[in-house]
Amino acid sequence: MNLALQKSELPAPRIGVIRRLWDHGDGSYRFFLVVASLLLIGLVMAIGYELWQNSALSRHAFGWKFLTTSDWDPAIENKFGALPFILGTLMTSILALIVAIPLSIGTAIFLAELAPDWLRQPLGFLVELLAAVPSVIYGLWGLFVFIPVFVRPAAQFLNREFGFLPLFAGPIFGPSRFAAGILLAIMVFPTIAAVSRDVLRAIPNSQREAALAMGATQWEMISQILLPYGGSGLLGAIILGLGRALGETIAVTMVIGNNLDLSISLLHPGYTMASVIANEFTEATSDLYLQALIEIGLILFAITLVINFIARLLIWRLARQTKGEAHL
Amino acid sequence: MIQTTPIRQQRRKLINLIMLGFCMLATLLVIAPLIWIIAYVIQQGLPAINWSFFTQLPTPVGVPGGGIANALVGSAMTVGLGLLFAIPIGTLAGFYAATHPDNGLGVALRFSADVISGVPSIVMGIFAYTIIVLPQRHFSAFSGGVVLAFIMLPTLTRTTEEMIRMVPKSLREGSLALGAAEWKTSLSIILPAAFNGILTGVMLAIARAAGEAAPMLFTAFGNPFLNLDYRQPVATLPHTIFVYAIAPYEDWHAKAWATALVLISLVLLLNIFARLITWWRVRHIGTYH
Repeated sequence: MNLALQKSELPAPRIGVIRRLWDHGDGSYRFFLVVASLLLIGLVMAIGYELWQNSALSRHAFGWKFLTTSDWDPAIENKFGALPFILGTLMTSILALIVAIPLSIGTAIFLAELAPDWLRQPLGFLVELLAAVPSVIYGLWGLFVFIPVFVRPAAQFLNREFGFLPLFAGPIFGPSRFAAGILLAIMVFPTIAAVSRDVLRAIPNSQREAALAMGATQWEMISQILLPYGGSGLLGAIILGLGRALGETIAVTMVIGNNLDLSISLLHPGYTMASVIANEFTEATSDLYLQALIEIGLILFAITLVINFIARLLIWRLARQTKGEAHL
Repeated sequence: MIQTTPIRQQRRKLINLIMLGFCMLATLLVIAPLIWIIAYVIQQGLPAINWSFFTQLPTPVGVPGGGIANALVGSAMTVGLGLLFAIPIGTLAGFYAATHPDNGLGVALRFSADVISGVPSIVMGIFAYTIIVLPQRHFSAFSGGVVLAFIMLPTLTRTTEEMIRMVPKSLREGSLALGAAEWKTSLSIILPAAFNGILTGVMLAIARAAGEAAPMLFTAFGNPFLNLDYRQPVATLPHTIFVYAIAPYEDWHAKAWATALVLISLVLLLNIFARLITWWRVRHIGTYH
């Protein structure tokens, strides 16, 4: 007897379309998951592509010289060079890191190692809240409170004592690279502190116990065992903070003074890559002007992409490494 | 052999004390700005807050009264639009990342989410400008919503992923063993179990998006009038603060502080609420580690 014939004699299963989808929707379910994931991954490439395409005029007109010239003349000569903005971004971000690194790593050590249990959670939460404050509010506070109360007196002191250095040359302005750098430091505290705390907490206890058992003081245990052990993770945290400082826009725009100053004095007003985009984008009158601003955005995107890539790689590697040891 | 004289011992103890003291001081210094900012915003902002501040439109310089109704509506519109785009994509991607953590796409996805969260918001703003504002030739609430969606996506994806991973595997396996399809398991078993957690992710994403001023400069653009059309420009709370703050008028500064009080209250309450939900979950489910 024929098997096919036998099968056709059976009554056809009466399952409706909806019922079938209900029981066997896994194909489309997985499809949606994959599409959503691809959309997210594609977003990075789409941003790069759009910025690249829309800065073509400026890229062709100035080439690599865009990075090394300092003419920014939209009105008469129509020449653009991004050097002043790149310098401003570098100066403010480096100042921010110099101030932020010791303070935020110190905070991370306190939160991870020293604070009593009842204090650990609330303090950690406060640090996270610091990250949640919108940057425009930092800018508002910086402009009306921080500059008159702290920045101006500090700038006067620096200029009086170290004015012979070009870095601290006068005259003194309230809104300045110095103001922006310090405000950025405050804004990157929570990023560096929170990630460093997590890195320190991930270090296995056996490391601490071994150090203390050898007679190390608590600080010796921290500085000679924990900090080197978490080194790459801490570096990742710092680079992450740098990424935030480089791209921070609105608060910097409010306190840096937005001035095409070519001196290297910290106490003068300046411009950063992000703040020139914020300040001039809607005023760009010609296509070339707009595309030059978009090219600055492209540079900013490329830098932050590389920086975040490195930072995440460092943090991920450490997480994997400590996880591996926890299983042993 | 290391000589351990009493002097050396004392020096080590002294260094220990100084450095631990420094860590404590650093913590105080890091947290001080938060207290300072909140106290100052309340002190400056509270006098200008009354009912009409929430219900009226802005008045011209020098004319007393006026409020931020336009910015409240605009912020709600842009954040709402952003959520509309970001929640489905973010949640689905989060599900994928949680269920396929180790295959190529999963790793690429989680890595991309981390990298996107580090892209400056102003760059996101330029991106939205080139794909929406330039072709349409006008600013709109819609383009503002799209930027906020980009900004919210990584947060949503990563929290969804973490929350789904916290759901005990036995729940998923039990459902599959009973013959439920994978998508049905996800929808009716895992999603309800992780719902509170995903909700905290949404709240944190709203808090972050609601405070973004920079990309709004050339997407939502700002609008002194009440507007409910998603194709037209709207004002938002952070952008309003920026405009009022950099203007040279005293009464606008007062309004900037009052608006800042509204915004910071919203953002901090969302954060505190999200933290409470997490804390409640840890206490009652206890799968957090």
